[in-house]
Amino acid sequence: MRVLVIVKANKESEAGALPDKQLVDEMQKFNDELSRNGVMLAADGLHPSSKGKRVRFAGSKPTVIDGPFAETKELIAGYWIWQVKSVEEAVEWIKRAPFAKALGQPVPDDKVPEIEIRPIFEQDEFDRALAAQQAKVASKR
Amino acid sequence: MTDSEARRAVEAVWRIEGARLTASLARLVGDVSVADDLAQDALVAALEQWPGSGIPEKPGAWLMGTAKHHAIDLLRRRQRLERKQAQLGRQLEIEQENVPDLEAAMDDQVGDSLLRLMFVACHPVLSREARVALTLRLLGGLTTDEIARAHLVPEPTVAQRIVRAKRTLGEAHVPFEVPAGADLGARLSSVLEVIYLIFNEGYAATAGEHWIRLDLCQEALRLGRILAELAPHEPEVHGLVALMELQASRLRARTTASGDPVLLLDQDRGRWDHLLIQRGLHGLARAETLGQTLGPYALQASIAACHARARTAQETDWKQITALYDALVEVAPSPVVELNRAVALSMAYGPDAGLEVVESLLGEPSLRGYHLLPSVRGDLLFRLGRIDEARAEFERAASLTKNVREREVLRERARSTRTGS
Repeated sequence: MRVLVIVKANKESEAGALPDKQLVDEMQKFNDELSRNGVMLAADGLHPSSKGKRVRFAGSKPTVIDGPFAETKELIAGYWIWQVKSVEEAVEWIKRAPFAKALGQPVPDDKVPEIEIRPIFEQDEFDRALAAQQAKVASKR
Repeated sequence: MTDSEARRAVEAVWRIEGARLTASLARLVGDVSVADDLAQDALVAALEQWPGSGIPEKPGAWLMGTAKHHAIDLLRRRQRLERKQAQLGRQLEIEQENVPDLEAAMDDQVGDSLLRLMFVACHPVLSREARVALTLRLLGGLTTDEIARAHLVPEPTVAQRIVRAKRTLGEAHVPFEVPAGADLGARLSSVLEVIYLIFNEGYAATAGEHWIRLDLCQEALRLGRILAELAPHEPEVHGLVALMELQASRLRARTTASGDPVLLLDQDRGRWDHLLIQRGLHGLARAETLGQTLGPYALQASIAACHARARTAQETDWKQITALYDALVEVAPSPVVELNRAVALSMAYGPDAGLEVVESLLGEPSLRGYHLLPSVRGDLLFRLGRIDEARAEFERAASLTKNVREREVLRERARSTRTGS
């Protein structure tokens, strides 16, 4: 299975500050480790939301909203795509990420690293789910 | 933590640490079979203890520590035995003195140990079946049960295969090392062959058995990606990985929802996996930078890349594909490759050009009974307007294939020649 591993934004990432050199080096090591184990499929960091746009589809036409967006905790600073056997494997991997350094440290709440792991729908899984839903709708008629 | 939660967590840790642990232990004790037993014992200990104690903070180190204790006991027992025999006493004493440094040394060498493990698991002294089973067991992080289900054979069969393979390695005194010199090429070919075999077992799966066998594709890809990191200077390793990435990119487009096969040129290219295509093209570029002339895997990847780069079937660069098949025939001649070259030729230069090559293959003993030969010939004859001959070929092809769905498709083609549609 594939998982999307989402790194949540914080005040610093939203301010456009790059992580310090040490963290970058450690992250590089971690990424190498992921590659060496055949886990890494893709990884990217994102510009702060001030460079982003939102498009809302309400009313008669789409509305474009310029960033930055307020609710920092809901924003994304970067992501990986991993190939793993289970969500548990992904959890094991993320525990080995440099974020673990924050443990036991007095880190302010808005800087606590938070990572979200979400399984990606496989295409045939999606097809099956869709077919099941259609069958359900048909049986109700 | 419930038992099943603990079990899943242990499995996840094992997936990450299992192969490294086995490889490091094999280096320590110099014996893959003993290393596998030690690693499995550590796994059993984790399954027993973690549900009560919780997952240790450094689960990998825990497993290694547990296994190492047993390994050192084993080494000491051996040592005592050998001392009794008054052999190599001093040498083993030195070995014992060095024990505390082992862990650090093993950490540094884990990549090299993994590479050795791959070479040993794919050793030519083993049958192909045994190489596949042993590779999946030692490096794949699949349980015997999973390997059995993927191969559609009973679990005891696989267990037996693994036991026998380990015994064979021991009897042949296969050293735990990366082969050097002239040996390296042939041994690397065997590793690549095993990985590609695993991939194709998964790729050849039909609907129904689909999901479990696709695991084999994922495993092969994983092994290939790992190997590419361990042996980054070998162009054919990157060639193979690129080939698998590109083929896997079409997995979800190559069958209909009901499981019927969809031919490459008829596939919905929007369903191709563009992340895998990108990775495949990148891997191919690495192979091209490293190698002066492309090997068989890189050439096949280049052919797959031609298809991947074409946005529509009509945009396919058949002349380039023909040239690549010409090169492939040079480095890895086989009648099946010739047949594929014939198809490419017909697409690039017209059915006549392809038919000429196909006719030259008709007497080929290894293609007797191969349904794709009459199938391709029928197609070329049809395009040349030789309808009756084409129909006979489609019917022959239908009678030769073992795949029920394929037979239907071929019969349908034979029928459609009558109506001219």
